[in-house]
Amino acid sequence: MAAITSIPVSPPPLSILKILQQPRSLIVLVLLMWLPLMLNVMLAGSISETVRPYLLLPAIPSALILYGVGVLSWRESPIAIIGLTLIFFWLIVAVSVPFLPLVDPNKPIAPFAPIGAVKNNHYFILGADFKGRDMLARTLWGCQRVLVWGVTATLVAYLVGCIFGLVAGYLGGWWDQVISFIANVLLSFPVMVLFILIMNYLGASGFNIVIAVTFASAPAIMRIVRGLTFDTKNRDYIFAAQTRGEHPLRIMIYELLPNARGPIIVDACLRLGYTTVAITTLTFLGLGLQPPDPDWGLMIKEAANVAKSPQFAYMLLIPALSVSSLILGFNLIADGLREMSLRD
Amino acid sequence: MLKLIASRLLQMVLIMGVVSALLFFIFDSDKFKKQIAVAELGGFAVSALSDQDYQNWLERKGLNVPFYERYAKWVGGILTGDLGKSYQTNEPVATLVADRLKKTGILGFWVFALMIPLSLTFGIIAGMKEGSAQDRITSFISIVTTSLPEIATAVILMSIFALWLRWLPANSAMVGGWNWLALVLPVMTLVLYDFGYVARMTRASMAEVMTSQYIRTAILKGLPYKRVILRHALRNALIAPFTIIVLQMNWLLSGVVVVEFFFQYAGFGKLLLDAALFGDIYVIQAATLVAVFVAVLSQIISDVGYSFLNPRIRFS
Repeated sequence: MAAITSIPVSPPPLSILKILQQPRSLIVLVLLMWLPLMLNVMLAGSISETVRPYLLLPAIPSALILYGVGVLSWRESPIAIIGLTLIFFWLIVAVSVPFLPLVDPNKPIAPFAPIGAVKNNHYFILGADFKGRDMLARTLWGCQRVLVWGVTATLVAYLVGCIFGLVAGYLGGWWDQVISFIANVLLSFPVMVLFILIMNYLGASGFNIVIAVTFASAPAIMRIVRGLTFDTKNRDYIFAAQTRGEHPLRIMIYELLPNARGPIIVDACLRLGYTTVAITTLTFLGLGLQPPDPDWGLMIKEAANVAKSPQFAYMLLIPALSVSSLILGFNLIADGLREMSLRD
Repeated sequence: MLKLIASRLLQMVLIMGVVSALLFFIFDSDKFKKQIAVAELGGFAVSALSDQDYQNWLERKGLNVPFYERYAKWVGGILTGDLGKSYQTNEPVATLVADRLKKTGILGFWVFALMIPLSLTFGIIAGMKEGSAQDRITSFISIVTTSLPEIATAVILMSIFALWLRWLPANSAMVGGWNWLALVLPVMTLVLYDFGYVARMTRASMAEVMTSQYIRTAILKGLPYKRVILRHALRNALIAPFTIIVLQMNWLLSGVVVVEFFFQYAGFGKLLLDAALFGDIYVIQAATLVAVFVAVLSQIISDVGYSFLNPRIRFS
C-alpha cells in the first residue's frame, strides 16, 4: 500500500474524495475528531475554563467530513451505511453537544415532568427524570462517556491482544504455551464474573473499565490474531523477509499484521458493540462510571427503582433505546464489512 | 477420546486451583477486610474502633492469619464438603450456593428450552435458501435482537408487558412464594438476546452445507426437497450449532447477573453480585469456582461433542 502511493512519477490529478480516502488524511481527520473528545471526557477537571468551550470546535467538521467519506466509500453496502449513520449520529452529537441549545444536564428543574410538558419556563421535549433533570440534555450528553470509554477500552484491548497474539503465533514454542495458558484461565471465566471481580478489586472508574475490558477481551483477540498468524507465517513473503534478515518484531508488525487486518477489523466492530454493552451494564450494576454526570447505564440504574409505573417508563426506555441504537450501528457496520469482504 | 477428556479435566483442575489461589490473594488486602468490617459493624463504628479492637475483630472472624493458611484450610474444607460461612448472612456457603443455583437452573432450563428450537428453526429456514426473503427477514430480526443488550431488552419488555399491559409482574423477587408468571420476563429477556446469535450461526452452517456437492447431487438425483433437508443437510448443518449452544452456558452465567439484578430474582447471578459488593469472600470464592467450573465443563462438552459428531476430526 505504502509503496504504491509513494511512487515519485507525476501522480494523476486526485479528486477531493480520493485525497480524503488516503490513510494519511483519514488518520488526521480521526485524530482531529477524537483527541478533543477524549480530552474533554477524560481530563474534564483539569482543562482550564477558557479553553474548554473551544476544544470541541475542530471535531465537528472532522466528524461531518469523515461521515461523508464513509458514506461515499461504502456505497455498495446499504447495511454498512445505516450502521455508519447511527454511529455518526451519536459521534456528531458527542462533539457538538456543548454548542446545542440545551439546559445543564445536572440541573434539577421540575421532577417527574412528563414528555412534552412545560414547567418552570422550560419545555421538556423528552420529559424530566425523578430529580427534575431534562431527559433530552441527559440523553445527548450521555453518549460522550460511553463512546470515549468504549472506544478507548476496545483499542487498548486490541493493542494488548494483538501483541500477545503475534508473539504466541509467530514465535510459538514456550511463548505460545505460557500465553495460551493465561488466556485459557481468563477465558474460563464468564465475562460478567470477571468484570465484577476486577471492578470490585480496582474500584469503579473509567480507567478501571479500560483495564477490566482489556482483561476480558484481550484473550479472545489474542486467539484470533494467533490463529491468523499461524495461517500467514508460512507464506513466501514471510520467508523472504526472514531471509532478508528482518527483525522478528518488524516482521510481526509490518508483514503479518497488515495481512491479517480484514477479520480483525470486522471483529473490532463487533467488539466495540460488546464493550458498549459491558460499560452500560457495569454502570447499571453500580460498578462502572459514577454519578452525577449523565450516562445511559446510570440513567437506567437511577430510574429503575422509581420509574416502574406506566407513565414514567420513558425514563428507562429512552436511555435503553439510545444504547441499543449505538450497538446496532456497530453490529450493522461489522455485517456490512463482512459482506463487502466476501464480495471481493 | 478418553485421553482428550482426561487432559481437559486436568487442565480444568489446574485452572480452578490458580483462580481460587488468586482470589484468596486478591481478597486478602486490608481494603477488603475493612469493607467487611464496615458492612458488618457500620462505618462509624469501624472508624471509632481502636487498633487493638480491630485486631480482635479480625481474629474473631479468622481474618488475621496469612491468606495461604486460610487457603490451605479452605482447600481442606472443600474435601469434606465445607465451603465456609457467609459473612453477610452467616449461612453455610454450600447450602446458600446450592439454593441459588437451583433457582438459576430453573431460569436457565427454560431459556434453553425455548431458545434452542426457536433459533434452530429460524436458522435452518434462513440458511436453506441464501439471499431469499425468509433469509433476509431472519437475518434482520436476529441482528436487531442481538444488538439490544439484556438491560435494554429487560426495560422494553418490562414496560410493555408489566407496566402497560399489566399481564406480568415487573418484579421477580417472589417474596410471596414461587410464582411462575414472574419467571416469564427474565426468561424472555435472555431468550431474545441469545436467539439472534445462535440463529445466525445456524444459518451460516446451514448455508455452507447447502452449497456442498453432496446436497447438489441429492437434489439432482431427484430426491424430494424435504428429504434432502431432513436426512442429508441437517445432519451436517447441526454440528456447529451444537457446540455453539453448549458454549452459551458460559454466556448465560453472565446474562443472569444483569437480568436477576434488574428483576430482583434471587438466583446465582444476584448472589455473586451481592457477595462481590459486600466483600463476602467465601461466597465469592464458591460462586466464582462454580461459574468457572460450568464454563470449562461446557467448553469440554462442546469440544468432545464436536469431535464425536464430526468423524473427520475424530479419526485425524
